[in-house]
Amino acid sequence: MAIRDLTTSQARRPFQRRRKTCPFSGPNAPKIDYKDVRLLQRYVSERGKIVPSRITAVSALKQRELARAIKRARFIGIMPYAVS
Amino acid sequence: MALYEHIYLARQDVSAQQVEELTNALTEVLSQGGGKVTKNEYWGLKSLSYRIKKNRKAHYSLLNIDAPAAAVAEMERQMRINEDILRFMTVRVDELEEGPSAMMQKRDRDDDRGDRPGGRPGGFDRGPRRDGGDRPPRRF
Repeated sequence: MAIRDLTTSQARRPFQRRRKTCPFSGPNAPKIDYKDVRLLQRYVSERGKIVPSRITAVSALKQRELARAIKRARFIGIMPYAVS
Repeated sequence: MALYEHIYLARQDVSAQQVEELTNALTEVLSQGGGKVTKNEYWGLKSLSYRIKKNRKAHYSLLNIDAPAAAVAEMERQMRINEDILRFMTVRVDELEEGPSAMMQKRDRDDDRGDRPGGRPGGFDRGPRRDGGDRPPRRF
């Protein structure tokens, strides 16, 4: 219902946006693991910063978990703190 | 007893043989404290994302530990003394994972991710900024 309201209010947009869903919710969602660099890499920018959840559509709960995993991966040196 | 995942980084000019001995020594410390190591993974010499104590590479080892906190604390104390160990991290987990970790199985899932939308910076649509709506119109 809320989704419908959102699309009608933005009906003047030339392209309709599809509602994105959290990539870590639902069945066969990947498990957030600080050892899985390949997975975590998708949620950091080219500079190595954590991408905000409003862009990646990760839910708030999973974003916290993800941030924790990225910070752990940084600590053990498998991910960068900053890419210059 | 509590379950832990433990990762440590050994200096790059140490041989893989010595890392193995080091792991055995640490396992011994844990078993003296009444714990045990349920899995021991050696990830090999990996390059670091940034320099740690002037090293560009390090030997990574992962240990899955089932031990009382005191035993882990004692092991960590000895690791701090050892100069071959650059860094270590112990994470308490609710359950230890079976089979090889994500780091070991990375090779065989290289190409099943091609069709995923988003994720890469620059390539996806950012949508409206959340705080943009209630901002007053800009005046010059």
